[in-house]
Amino acid sequence: MTITSHEKLLEVDGVTVRFGGLVALHDVGLSIRPGTVVGVIGPNGAGKTTLFNVVCGFLRPDEGELRWKGRPLRKHRPDQLAGLGIARTLQGLGLFGGLTVLENVMTGAGRLARTGALASLLGTGRAARDERELRARSEDVLAELDIAHVADLLPGALPYGVRKRVALARALVAEPELLLLDEPASGLSTAEMDELATRITSLSEKTAVVLVEHHMDLVMRVCDEVVVLDFGEVIATGPPDVVRVDPAVADAYLGTAPEEQPSA
Amino acid sequence: MTTKLPPLVLHLLAALGCLVLLVLLTLVTDPFTNLRIATVGYYLIAVAGLALLTGFNGQVSLGHGAFMFIGAYTVALLVKRVPAFPIWADLLLAVLAGGLAGLLAGAAAARLHGPYLAGATLALAVGLPAVTQRFPDLFAGSNGLSFTVNSQPAGLVGVVPPTRWQSWIVWLSVLLALVVLANLARGRLGRTLRAVRDDEVAASLAGVHVGRTKILAFLVSSACGGLAGGLQAFLLGTAAPGSFTPALSLSLLAALVLGGLGSLWGALWGAIALVYFQVWTDDFAELLSLRSDIADNLPLALYGVVLIVTVLAFPAGIQGGVRKLWVRVRRPAPSQRGES
Repeated sequence: MTITSHEKLLEVDGVTVRFGGLVALHDVGLSIRPGTVVGVIGPNGAGKTTLFNVVCGFLRPDEGELRWKGRPLRKHRPDQLAGLGIARTLQGLGLFGGLTVLENVMTGAGRLARTGALASLLGTGRAARDERELRARSEDVLAELDIAHVADLLPGALPYGVRKRVALARALVAEPELLLLDEPASGLSTAEMDELATRITSLSEKTAVVLVEHHMDLVMRVCDEVVVLDFGEVIATGPPDVVRVDPAVADAYLGTAPEEQPSA
Repeated sequence: MTTKLPPLVLHLLAALGCLVLLVLLTLVTDPFTNLRIATVGYYLIAVAGLALLTGFNGQVSLGHGAFMFIGAYTVALLVKRVPAFPIWADLLLAVLAGGLAGLLAGAAAARLHGPYLAGATLALAVGLPAVTQRFPDLFAGSNGLSFTVNSQPAGLVGVVPPTRWQSWIVWLSVLLALVVLANLARGRLGRTLRAVRDDEVAASLAGVHVGRTKILAFLVSSACGGLAGGLQAFLLGTAAPGSFTPALSLSLLAALVLGGLGSLWGALWGAIALVYFQVWTDDFAELLSLRSDIADNLPLALYGVVLIVTVLAFPAGIQGGVRKLWVRVRRPAPSQRGES
């Protein structure tokens, strides 16, 4: 692969991850350009979430390299991602149960804050202004996702579909350049999934999106490019139409009725 | 939140109001009550610090008495060895000493969770006071250090009774510390602490440095413990290991649970309960003219009963009950809130 780095947001190059004797990812490579939606699919245990965890710094690759806007990403920690402009939603949502919906979203907006811990301790006027801005921005994102009316409620009281939107709002509020969505459609109704598809497509105007997903309909509908993993290896990459008819993919994945498989 | 005043100004004004009320309260009560009011003060800041650590950040400490111990001995040693220091400098150093100890404890604690953390902090509470036996020359063993503090300005000697003056100093310090805690609780930092408590992975993905946040919580919380201990020593004129038993640490945590984990108000109810429950049950035991071996244990037994009943009735503590009541008073008719 020849790389002209300035037009790539994220590059994953030859990444291998081993858990003891198990090879979770083997020589995986992919690159994400701004404004594109990339789907990572594959049967359970193919290494999709492992790949996300490597990108997020939860796991260190045994081999290979990550690059963010052409610069190598080594030994990065998950808490540095937000600062880089990468946001991720979690499969288990990971909402803060003791925080209201608005506070959940405001927590995600932390990287936009301009005052530090000391100002917060002292409760200065600047810290207060900062808080007002974070609040306003978070309220905007909630309104965009049509969930402004639940801002003061605790997430535990909300239906699952709404909670997923809160998690999305928390990721979006930091205005990421790359949004990683871990199974955004799981547990959604058909109507909600339609809405999600529309939303992801409109999001891609502002941010690149990578989604790990089981629902082939959604992937085929919203993705510009699909990466298929099987047993930790990339077996196909390309536009949905091409990947769909790839015999290797059909063999590994499409033939196995993915909808019936529970998510890991 | 419609006001434009920064939290610092708001909280300082509130603190000033409280101070005026407390000064008035000490003026109309006897010296003995003054002492109790001051005692509520230093317990309040200890429990409030614990509220931040355990309630906000979810790190359970069974050893907060250890930080009070450090604060108390810092003040005692400074008064005895460096008499040139004014009392406010001694108290400030007690805060710093407590904070420093908390920084070390927090760095270790950031790697521990749940029962392991609780166990480690308990070990601190059990072990630290034993230092006094190890270095009897410095710490005077189990007798502890006794001293007198002349903190009163010359003009007020004889005008204001010493206990009353001391209770003012205690509450001034406590309220100043509470201003910082209130800023923290209300601002971004408080939200971050709670986010880390609820989900560390999600918090880190939101850009929060989890380890640093947990250490910061420990630092602030133990600095409050240091202040509480320093104020206790200042008030009583002694620092002795017997005051800082593991039972103290446990009763601080119990007071927090009783008062309500989630807010600083809970710490206030907890501190009042901690001091006055003892007083009331003592009076009660006297009233019943019980044998001393029963009377001595009655407060503890009743405290346990009240704690259990409160947690059963109001799982969110006294403050949880107060809030429920408040909501009912403010909005008699249950109606959906139409948010912007």
